[in-house]
Amino acid sequence: MRMSKIVRTGACILYPLIIIFGLYVVVHGHLTPGGGFQGGAVIATAAALVLVAFSHEEIAGMVRKAFLSAQESLGLLLFIGAGILGLLAGAPFFANILANSGLLFGLPVPPGPNPGDLNTAGVIPVMNIAVGVEVWGGLAIILVYLFSATGGERT
Amino acid sequence: MIESLIQLAVIGGLIVSAILVYSFKDLLAAALAAGFFSFLVSLEFYILQAPDVAISQAAIGAGLTTAIFIIAIRATTRFEGETP
Repeated sequence: MRMSKIVRTGACILYPLIIIFGLYVVVHGHLTPGGGFQGGAVIATAAALVLVAFSHEEIAGMVRKAFLSAQESLGLLLFIGAGILGLLAGAPFFANILANSGLLFGLPVPPGPNPGDLNTAGVIPVMNIAVGVEVWGGLAIILVYLFSATGGERT
Repeated sequence: MIESLIQLAVIGGLIVSAILVYSFKDLLAAALAAGFFSFLVSLEFYILQAPDVAISQAAIGAGLTTAIFIIAIRATTRFEGETP
């Protein structure tokens, strides 16, 4: 069953927009609803859209399973590295040493009602990004393996 | 009052889409109706002020499971009762 040209063109147009929205959900995880898992799942939806819209021969050259697997492992390493960062600074495991330090995501939170500053909350956004990368790679590789296991299509 | 009406409309849409999933013989249409069911569930979560759960439901339920159903249907048959 080959999808029509409307479906394939629509998938090409929607693909970057879905990825940008997912990255927004990931990066603003400490300010707005959502976070690493939700944003990663949204980005994996973009991969699912491309897998559904194109045929097996067109996808085979585009997606590398080793790349997605490495991305999943990279997310896990980033998460555990953010935890060990606290140990290296002499604080407990997963201690939020980046908060109020002036470094990455290190500005103090302004008092009172405010629209929310992205550059706050210390190690929490780092962990959101790590979980987002991990969920993106993990859910995408599930779909890619399912898609390649079905192999040649009927009809 | 208006919130109760919206919730009644969403619940009615849930029941209708669930019956459609049961009654469609075209499996692709049934998969899309199941995706619409998940979308309505995520709308209900948003009305009940759980936007976090609503994003998860919209991405996993309406997006990924529909894609998995469509990939499975592409590899087998499209209509119910056909021998693969």
